[in-house]
Amino acid sequence: MSLQPLGIVVAYLLLALGVGLVAYRVGGSDAEDFYLASRTLGTLVLLFTTFATLLSAFTFFGGPNLAYQAGPEWILVMGVMDGVLFAILWYVIGYRQWLIGRAHEYVTLGEMLGDRFASPGLRGLVAGVSLLWLFPYVMLQQMGAGEALRGLTGGAVPYWGGAALITLFMIAYVMLAGLRGVAWTDTLQGLFMLSVLWVAVVWILGSLGGLGAATRGMVAANPDFAALGGGLYTPQFIISSAVTIAFGVTMFPQINQRFFVAKSATVLKRSFALWPVLVLLLFVPAFMLGAWAAGLPIEVPEGANVLSVLLSEYTPGWFAALVVAGAMAAMMSSSDSMLLSGSAYFTRDLYRPFVRPEASDRREAWIARIGVAAFALLAFAASLSRPGTLIEVGDTAFSGFALLAPPVIVALYWEATTRDGMLVGVAVPQILYLLHVLVPPVSVAVGGTTVSLLARSYAGWDVALAFMILAAALTVGVSLVSSPAVDEDAARFAVGGD
Amino acid sequence: MRSIRDWLWVVAFVVLVVFSIPWFLWGTSTVVAGLPVWLWWHLGWMGIAAVTFGLFTRHGWDRLMGADTGTAAGPRPDGGEKP
Repeated sequence: MSLQPLGIVVAYLLLALGVGLVAYRVGGSDAEDFYLASRTLGTLVLLFTTFATLLSAFTFFGGPNLAYQAGPEWILVMGVMDGVLFAILWYVIGYRQWLIGRAHEYVTLGEMLGDRFASPGLRGLVAGVSLLWLFPYVMLQQMGAGEALRGLTGGAVPYWGGAALITLFMIAYVMLAGLRGVAWTDTLQGLFMLSVLWVAVVWILGSLGGLGAATRGMVAANPDFAALGGGLYTPQFIISSAVTIAFGVTMFPQINQRFFVAKSATVLKRSFALWPVLVLLLFVPAFMLGAWAAGLPIEVPEGANVLSVLLSEYTPGWFAALVVAGAMAAMMSSSDSMLLSGSAYFTRDLYRPFVRPEASDRREAWIARIGVAAFALLAFAASLSRPGTLIEVGDTAFSGFALLAPPVIVALYWEATTRDGMLVGVAVPQILYLLHVLVPPVSVAVGGTTVSLLARSYAGWDVALAFMILAAALTVGVSLVSSPAVDEDAARFAVGGD
Repeated sequence: MRSIRDWLWVVAFVVLVVFSIPWFLWGTSTVVAGLPVWLWWHLGWMGIAAVTFGLFTRHGWDRLMGADTGTAAGPRPDGGEKP
């Protein structure tokens, strides 16, 4: 196989980098512009930059892979979680944070909570937990890129080569652009991806003989695929995935920081209402392609992305390369958003408060860049061991973030929340969940039946769901029995009116 | 205090979430016009969700958040750009 597709991919990545650079020159050079583009993002840019951040390897390659193996019901899971549940949380958490952040000029979630509860400890804890779960998610992008390039070039570029390429671009990009750069390229890429995806659908359906024929082929190969549910898709799986992902997404540093950057409430409102439409336009074609591929005589090697294989089989080489380039660029920009937000969390919430309060801005900027490079390289090293499928790795990260959401929602809406309540509500569920992720399950015999301890799921339910409830209960419970510290200031979270 | 209208929005959101998955079509494998019937439900439901959300941004957004400082005709804190 040739290396020509690689040329197209690299050219596209360079182009994206160029756009980011131009955008960066337009903006200012202070921290608020670097991290928040001076809180001036409009509807289109905010919508697409948030969306492109979601449009990561998880959705773009993991989703079709899952549809290929288990059936297209993943469309519904992503629909309920992204189109409806996340949109509602966008209002419940996002709008509230925007109102509070605008009044007090907050840049990160940790900063907002730390200020309200007068607790640098809470600030550092939230930042630390976020960075911990960001790691597997950055790794996910590198895994996705490695597979995508290998599939596209028929193995000429090895897995590690693709992963290394995107790591390099990620680092270069974050060092040179800022949120404004990332947001601009996200918008271009979101629009680009949406268009090429639909072209791909038309192209592939054309060569398969239309929609009806494609679905008939899929059903003939897997009679179960047309039926709702069955196999992997149990109600427990659907509800667990949708809930943990939707809540988890709101606590992702790069998404959560977006809540602070809207220019006006109108921008937030428009994005909110457009959310289900965008979900429909993107996920239905992407995942149906994966599901249709199940009825086609194509070979998808172990671990490969079905979308790359499908495209290189049914569309001209240059077009397949363009789609993969677009997907990789989208993954790159979502990784950039993650690294950028991660570096904001690291320097503002950990380095400055705990290591060197007197650090100069210049020094802080350097620490941020070195931190980004180190973080990306470590994630790259970890991605080489391939600890699971894209969906598995992503799901673990989403669940970890999801545990942060209940305490944050309680704090945003309940004035009587105390510092102790927050610290316990954040820390305890995290420790418990980490134990379940890191320690292998143990079976214990209790009264004649065996009970599995430390398992990731019980009767099909993700254990993270229970910890989310526990997190809310602990936050409320401990707040009720503890009294607020003298310097806590609930008024900081007031949003007017009542 | 919460009015009935506020609660209706909450109910609407709950209904939107719960029926994003057409539970009553569980196990159904009927294919209509080239797509599984539950996928058509998804297409329609996302449309309904977008319309409901659109209406909410006009009629419930600030009331429900308790961020409305003025009367219905008075100045509202939305739409304004950051000074």
